[in-house]
Formats: sequence, structure tokens, C-alpha cells
Amino acid sequence: MISPKYFREIPQRYRLEAGKCKKCGTAYFPPRLVCPECKSKEFTKVNLSSEGKLLTYTIVRVGSDKFSQQSPFAVGIVELKDGVRLTTQLADVEFDKLKIGLKVKLVFRKIQDEGKSGLHCYGYKAILI
Amino acid sequence: MIGIVGYGSYLPRYRIKVESIAKEWGSDPEAIKRGLQLYEKTVPGLDEDTITISVEAAKNALLRAGINPQLIGAVYIGSESHPYAVKPSGTTLIDALGIGPNVHVASFEFACKAGTEAMYIAYSLVKANEMKYAMGIGADTSQGAPGDALEYSASAGGSAFIMGKENVVAEILFTTSYTSDTPDFWRREHEFYPRHAGRFTGEPAYFRHVINAAQNLLKKSGMKPEDFKYSVFHMPNGKFPQMAAKKLGFTKKQMEVGWIAPWMGNTYSGSSPTGLSAVLDVAKPGDKIFMVSFGSGAGSDGFIFKVTDKILDVQDKAVKLRDMLDKGKIYLDYGEYAKFRGKIILND
Amino acid sequence: MRDVAVIGVGMTKFGELWGKSLRDIFVEAALKAIENAGVDHIDSMYVGSMSSGLFVGQEHLGAVMADYLGMNPIPATRVESACASGGVAFRSAYFEVASGNSDIVLAGGAEKMTDGADVTEALATAADQEYEVYQGVTFPGLYAMIANAYMHQYKTKREQIAAVAVKNHKNGANNPNAQFRSEITLDQVLNSTLVADPLRLLDCSPVSDGGAAVILCSMDIAKKFKGTPIRIKATAQASDTISLHSRKSLTSLTAVSVAAAKAYKSAGLTPKDINFAEVHDCFTIAEIVVTEDLGFFARGKGGSAVEKGLTSLGGKIPINTSGGLKSKGHPVGATGIAQIIEVYEQLTEQAGKRQVKNAKIGLAQNMGGSGASCVINILEAL
Repeated sequence: MISPKYFREIPQRYRLEAGKCKKCGTAYFPPRLVCPECKSKEFTKVNLSSEGKLLTYTIVRVGSDKFSQQSPFAVGIVELKDGVRLTTQLADVEFDKLKIGLKVKLVFRKIQDEGKSGLHCYGYKAILI
Repeated sequence: MIGIVGYGSYLPRYRIKVESIAKEWGSDPEAIKRGLQLYEKTVPGLDEDTITISVEAAKNALLRAGINPQLIGAVYIGSESHPYAVKPSGTTLIDALGIGPNVHVASFEFACKAGTEAMYIAYSLVKANEMKYAMGIGADTSQGAPGDALEYSASAGGSAFIMGKENVVAEILFTTSYTSDTPDFWRREHEFYPRHAGRFTGEPAYFRHVINAAQNLLKKSGMKPEDFKYSVFHMPNGKFPQMAAKKLGFTKKQMEVGWIAPWMGNTYSGSSPTGLSAVLDVAKPGDKIFMVSFGSGAGSDGFIFKVTDKILDVQDKAVKLRDMLDKGKIYLDYGEYAKFRGKIILND
Repeated sequence: MRDVAVIGVGMTKFGELWGKSLRDIFVEAALKAIENAGVDHIDSMYVGSMSSGLFVGQEHLGAVMADYLGMNPIPATRVESACASGGVAFRSAYFEVASGNSDIVLAGGAEKMTDGADVTEALATAADQEYEVYQGVTFPGLYAMIANAYMHQYKTKREQIAAVAVKNHKNGANNPNAQFRSEITLDQVLNSTLVADPLRLLDCSPVSDGGAAVILCSMDIAKKFKGTPIRIKATAQASDTISLHSRKSLTSLTAVSVAAAKAYKSAGLTPKDINFAEVHDCFTIAEIVVTEDLGFFARGKGGSAVEKGLTSLGGKIPINTSGGLKSKGHPVGATGIAQIIEVYEQLTEQAGKRQVKNAKIGLAQNMGGSGASCVINILEAL
């Protein structure tokens, strides 16, 4: 039963809500309690831009049981306009079109299901633009 | 003036052609294309459902409306494929878009007209001065039973409409609703596929409700078919809406822009709303639009819209329906389609 | 702090050990180590294991193993640092002896991965659960992303990366405890099933059961026992961000280079002084990147180094003479200890057909996850 854990991550997964350090301006996703750069403990909420570029990627052919239906799928590390990087699946993508450096946009998709009767779990995926 | 201040749609990129389905079941694709006027339909990806479609459509509506999402007082999503039987699709949507939490949310169901239900209620709340803005969405990822006629048409997609009183792009002049207990198509709780009553879905169901609602709307408004630039009817296939148009006196030209079923399929609660979206993408100030939806069970909602000059400010603010319909298509074969649609029995 | 020696080692075969439980595996290795060291008691023990809870539903391993080793009431501690659990267990044991708190300490590791758990899911707990694993990424996926970024940056050829697997299998063929004891060809690696592009099945270390243990003791009593002593010259450890996407670089592992710098400094050595090394080749690309982070080769040159044979048994700096994780096997918690065992056998000239000539100083590099933790131990022959 994953409700509390899933619920806590909603602002990040649904709205890309990050924490920006008030002192040094570095943005963290997910938000943190202390800034690794300057050790400050004060942050402001920011919603990250959904556009970015692809730094690296792979095609997962053998996923964990939960993702076996979706395999093969592409996964990559995306750097958003704010400089924040995250790991995300690449949706609706033809594998041979993937290249490092491509421009991407994050969209709202279903990420996984908690089995047949559990929660539908949503979040972000990247599409090529 | 009360009406649409922002509109937007979303269609998945995946498609399957009538030929690919016909081949599986030993049917003649040409006969189906002729009889139903359907060529291909949209298919939702494994990671798409009514909620994700609604979110993307609503994002486009917000781009056009240009309003702070926090000002939206109600969000209604009409669908017959809500991802949960109990837990409204709208709660996920509001958290995804930064709407609320001081917002009213509910899920609507009325077969294919749940979308226009949502639009009507959203409009009514604004009209009643209950709130500044309200959003009504029609979206679906409906299932067609394998080998059944509906497998050719049941598709995925949706449209969102933000209703308000400021910067209205399409004023709502008149509405109507016509309902009766007509069991033409239904789905029992726990059943995976819907059932329908064959030819009974035509005359006694679709046509009776669409024609009556349309005639009531014309009477109420004192208008005639010639007064309208565009007409949109619910599109269970390509044929029915054309037949309804003919019966009522609307021309092929008036139907043309909103008639997207042959390439989109029937997006159920998203059907006439998405036809409306296609029209709004190209409409000019002063154009009048006549729209009647149909939901099995059965009922029809009618709307008369008048486009304002504000439409020109918003059309280009988000992706247009035709761009989503015509570009970036990814074709599936039947096996991929069956896998995407969860029609294959898996081991637990 | 006083000098610490390793005086005895023992391990089980690595592989699919259907008939042995996690307890059997650890105890078998520990008893061998105790026997080879020739000690009559131990003061304390450390048990390295990554995911005994997920694999076999058993935590509290310190207590379990002390009990089944017949060593109650000595202190026994479970150590976890994902795939670096073994190396960190060893480092923990080192401190307990060096500080004077204990004289004789056992450092062991074991993992039982074939009892039916979803291995991909269990191993993925070493990555960021909510921001990497939630998205569906797997460990092969993470290292494949490193491989793609690395090949893009340095124009390394796919064959150069695959060459790591070929070399390690060649070495493993001479390791009686290795899971895979057959040589493989470059062609076989390049045609094996894709796991996460560009990594294929033969680029990936296998799923294994296995246990390994070593006995550490204070240097001043080492000569009293049967086993041949070697000196622990330096130990260092470092951490980095849990998720790959937060790293400063996608083509190098900072935890490795930071730990290496600390280890070299404390030992008064440079990379050139290391005669051979056991590194963490969970995937072929990992070995290449690590050899650069350890300072053995310049950035981007790790691939051509393998191709040229510089890291082969007779090469300039033999890497993974044991067969590495790839051929020897990777029972996660045991790996760090098994690396120490290979270094020990090389330094005491017991490596048989795998023997490196003039092996005086060896390095063992063990890391967790996609490089979020790294522990490096440098050992020397007396």
C-alpha cells in the first residue's frame, strides 16, 4: 500500500515543483532540507520549466517485473532549462531517432500501476520536440 | 457574455487502420470504410488514459485562456473510461495543473455525452455567478470488443473548455438537453467491454435524441440551419453525423471542419467536443456554431455558440487539433494495438 | 593506529547454489577463512550483505551469522552499502583492529540472489527509488546511460568496451571458484541479447549466490598464526549523489577518484605503484571508467587500454585477474570481500595460473549503485 509515499511526491511528479536555495540560487529537484552547495536551510518553491535537452539515454529491454509490459522503453537523463537534471522515460519515441542533445519536453503520463487493484501512479515523461 | 474563454485538445500519436482490424476478423475493410466512413482511429499509449489526456487537453485550454489556474472554481471530467471506478479523474488533474484546492471536482458519466455534460455544468456555474471560471472536459480511451463493429471506431482523445465571463472567445447563446431511458448501449459494472443493441442504436437512439435536441434548440433560438457557419454532431462513426445533418438541413460544407471521425474514430465523451475544438481553431469572429452531442442510454446536449473577435487572439496559443490529427502519426499492427489496449490476458 | 594484517581467507564457489541457504553460504566461507588463518577465536565480526531482506526475508544478519558460526556472544554487525557492502565491512573490521578495540576480526560478505525474488527490483534499491527507479530505470539502464555518454564524449568503440568481458572471462577460466569458467569471444559479447542498449547480456555481471570471508588481526600478533600475513596499507571511502543525474559528470565516478586520492595519499603511493587491481566491473563500462578514475589511464583512454592488453594478466597493470564480477560472479555483499581475497592470493603467491609476477602492492576497488559509494583498500606483501 503505497498511498502516503505516492501522495508525498505528487507536487514533484505532477508539477515539477523544486526548491530553490534562497542564498545561492541553486535549484534542487526534489526539494531538500539543506543546500549541498552553501549549507543554507531556506528555500523557495519553484515550478521547473518543462523543456530541456537529452544528455544521455538507453533502451531498457529487460525491466523489473512491474515494467515488463512496457519493455522495451527508452529512458534518459534530461537537463531542463533551469539547469536541473532528472531521469525520465522517453514516450512515443522511435528508438532509432534517439540522439544525445535532442530537445525534449516533459508531459504528463501514467508511469506505473500498483498491480491490478492498487493505485495508478502518474508523473512526467519526455517527448521529442 | 458567458462562454468559452479557453479551449484545448489532446490526441495520442498512435493509430490503427481499419484494414489492420478487418484483417484480424476476416472482414472486408472496404465495406467497413464505405458503411461507417471510418479509415483509422487513435489509440492511447500504454502510459495514457483519460486522466493524462485530460491534463494535456486542459494545459492547452489554459494556454489559450491565459488565466491563473487558481481562479478555476470547478473542474468536471466526463468520460466512460475513467481510470478509477471510485476516485474522480479530476483530483489528479487539479494537482497536476495547480488548480485548487478550493475547487469543486466531480466525474461525469453519460456514455458519449459525458463531456458535454461537464461543459454544460461548468457553463451553468459561471452563469449562476457561483465562480469566475469553471472547466468542463470530455475525454475517453474507450474499449471496443474484439471482432465487434465498435472495435473500428472506439478511440482515444479529449478536449477541455474553460467557461467564464471575461475575454470570451465563443459565447454560449442557447443550450438544451433531451433525455429518455433508451437502452441502446451500456456497460455493466465489472464488465471490460460495453454491449450494444445493434441497429437499435440508430433510429430510436442516436437519431431520435440528436434530431429532437437539435429541433428544440433551433426552436428555442428562433434560428435556422442557414444561420450557422459550422455544425458539429456526435460522431460514433463518419456516417451518422452526416445523416443527421442532412435530416436537419445542414450542409456538407457546414459539417466539413468538425467532421473528424473518419481519421480520429469515436473518442466517445471527447467526440463532439473535439469536433468543436477543430472548428474553433479556424473560426472567425461572428461565426455561429451549432453542436449537438449524443450519449447512449440515452440523451443529447445541444449548444449554440457565437464566436467573438477574441478568438483570433487565442487560436495560435496552443497546438491545433488538425496538427495533432494529421502529424506525427505512429501506426500499430493489431498485435501492438491489442497489447496497448489490454486485450491480452496476462499472468498475474 | 596500529598496523593491521590479513592472515587468512575463504570463499564458497560463486554461482547458483540451489542447495545452500544464505546462512550456509556465509558460514562455509567464514569457517574456511578461520581454518586458513589458523586462529582459535575471533573477537568480532562484520557481515556485508546488500539486500538479504528483499532476497530471503532475513535481516539482523550479524546476529544470525554469529549464532550459526557458533560465535555467540561476540559483537556482530551487518554492513550495507549496496554493492560496496563487502568492502565497507572490510574497512569497518580494519578500524576495529587498528584502533586496538579488537585483535582478531572477521570480515565477510554473502548474498543469496536465486531464491525467487525480483532481482532487478531488489538491486534497484541501490538507486534513487523515487526519482530513478520509479521511472522504470534499471541498473543495466543506468550504466548503459554512462556508456552512451562516455562513447559520445570519447568516441570509444563498442568493441573496446566488450573487450573487458573477454579479458575477464579469460582470467576467470583459471579461477576454481568462478561462476563462469569458460572463455568468450568478442563476437559472442557483441551478439548477446540486448539488456539496455548498448549493453548486452555478456556486458553484465551475473546473478549469483556466494560468500567470502577474511580474517584481520593486529600485525604484532600476525606471525603467531598459520596463515601468511599481508599488510593493509591504506583504506579510503567516499560518497557521491545517489542519482546518476545529479552527478557532476556522467562519464566519470567522483566517489572513485576521491577515495583513490585519499588512499594513495595515506599510503604514500601513486597509481604507478600499484601492481594489479581488482575493480568493480558490475558492467564492462564500469571497469573502463573506474580504471581512469583510479589514475591508471588518462580520461577517455580506458577503452583503448583494454584493447591493447594493458590490463590483461601479462600487461602493464593487470585488472581483475580473478575474472572480475563478470566471470567470477557478483553475489553482491560478498564481492568486496572476494576482491580482497584475490589481492591476498596474488600477494601471497597462491594465485596459480592467475599469478601476477612480482605482485607487491594490490588495490581493491568496490563501489555501490551507480557509484554513489566507493571503498578502496590497498594491500601490500610483507
